Amino acid sequence: MNKLELQKTANEIRKGIVTAVHSAKAGHPGGSLSATEVFTYLYFEEMNIDPKDPKKPDRDRFVLSKGHTAPGLYSTLAHRGYFPVEDLTTLRKLGSYLQGHPSMQYIPGVDMSSGSLGQGISAACGMALSAKLSNESYRVYTLLGDGEIQEGQVWEAAMFAGARKLDNLVVIVDNNGLQIDGRIEDVCSPYPIDKKFEAFNFHVINVADGNDFDQLKAAFDEARATKGMPTAIIMKTVKGKDVSFMENNVAWHGTAPNDEQYAIAMADLEKVGEALCQK
Amino acid sequence: MSEVKKIATRESYGNALVEVGKEYENLVVLDADLAAATKTGIFKKAFPERHIDCGIAECNMTGIAAGLATTGKIPFISSFAMFAAGRNFEQVRNSIGYPHLNVKIGATHAGISVGEDGASHQCNEDIALMRTIPGMVVVCPSDDVETKAAVRAAVEHEGPVYLRFGRLAVPVINDRPDYKFELGKGVVLREGKDLTIIATGLPVAECLAAADMLAKDGVNAKVINIHTIKPLDTELVVAAAKETGKVVTVEEHSIIGGLGGAVCETLSEQAPTPVLRIGMNDKFGESGAAVPLLHKYGLDAEGIYNKIKAWI
Repeated sequence: MNKLELQKTANEIRKGIVTAVHSAKAGHPGGSLSATEVFTYLYFEEMNIDPKDPKKPDRDRFVLSKGHTAPGLYSTLAHRGYFPVEDLTTLRKLGSYLQGHPSMQYIPGVDMSSGSLGQGISAACGMALSAKLSNESYRVYTLLGDGEIQEGQVWEAAMFAGARKLDNLVVIVDNNGLQIDGRIEDVCSPYPIDKKFEAFNFHVINVADGNDFDQLKAAFDEARATKGMPTAIIMKTVKGKDVSFMENNVAWHGTAPNDEQYAIAMADLEKVGEALCQK
Repeated sequence: MSEVKKIATRESYGNALVEVGKEYENLVVLDADLAAATKTGIFKKAFPERHIDCGIAECNMTGIAAGLATTGKIPFISSFAMFAAGRNFEQVRNSIGYPHLNVKIGATHAGISVGEDGASHQCNEDIALMRTIPGMVVVCPSDDVETKAAVRAAVEHEGPVYLRFGRLAVPVINDRPDYKFELGKGVVLREGKDLTIIATGLPVAECLAAADMLAKDGVNAKVINIHTIKPLDTELVVAAAKETGKVVTVEEHSIIGGLGGAVCETLSEQAPTPVLRIGMNDKFGESGAAVPLLHKYGLDAEGIYNKIKAWI
């Protein structure tokens, strides 16, 4: 896909996120919208995957360590063809396979169940280690929240990945700057994030705008070329990106829009989409 | 009388991993800096490339195992029960239990027979914790023979299994030609009509000795070895309760939530029967040599005998 196609796809994925969360009357739009470009880039460009064969053994793996942003992952998987886009409106509802947090048992394309913060990165390390043990070439990607890295287990996993030189592992930190209780530096600052990962023997790539596909491409290309150590991509993003009243507003970490707000959000996203069509 | 062969189940565990590991190339063993104590060092020596020391980071080790399991490996994670089940509870629950991944948890140094290390390391709560996780199999072997069979059965079983082992050398009691291990099936070790003693793990051998002492007083105790606490052999437990009218449970674990809890849950629903639970009475242990500790807390043959005599 070229950049414009990726942008249009991300715009559709955002509509899916907002629609799913609105339908569920609960869920986490803010961190789903901040990470939409990275979801899109991974599933439409970077990863070796096949939606028709979600469990093919040599596929690249993705672990959503910040599992609460399931709407972002689900909308991406749906738009990539793992399951019908219409099913997104069943999110969090009784009887739906689209659980509030990712479940590998029920959802095609989900490589690891997650939701309890700090645990997904460990599972990703295990997958990357498995590839090394069996001389397989698949790569493993995991997405963490910038608040999530306050969990100690993240650094247990980072120490392990660095020590084991898991160069088939890419840890992505969605640095949107906000967590439930406020700004991450006000709650319990994890900064400097890059220096921490460097100290744990990662190759660190800072991405100034994680909502820009060119910058993401450069970062993932650099990660792929990095040998002998795992890569951490620390990307600055905008929480609630492209929905006017959600952008950089901590109130939309885990709140669903009501009908009126939903209409505004969709209008915002339509506008972004129309602008892309003018290009 | 000939010398009784004794071996700690943690040692049997290490040996069993090597045996089963020869057949299953996808079996890998993970440790958190305790390979010497958990005896997985025996496996490490045999298969160094399949042994992963994660350092002192049990929660991460659990997640690593989960990731390995998603790719078809059969990981055993080993640590002391306190950390494997206690520190790790939520990781085991969410990263292994919820996705029902094929990870085996080999927890050594369970119960007060850890001894000198004291209460901080004597885990009497792990059976209770692990058996509340949906789909988790919980096994507590009583000796060398049973441990080897349990490790093999755990590998053959698809899904998470918690295996509980001890530090103290225990007598081999199952070395008979007709011994057969089946997950979820209890074993009647002695027939008796006056009461049923249901035991798991290290105290099984002590219960057999206690039953001999009771017999001298004219009390004939049936003795059942429940190596699999979950799924519990409810058929056998209910039948024995109906047959003997009294049940005693014995475990090196808190009387809350472990074997005693499981048996009481079953009997109160299916065959209400008076039950005496013998174990740790809602107390922490303390430092000391294992054998005197077991004596102090009434978990040796004499203590079990005395408690049963006082109850019946």
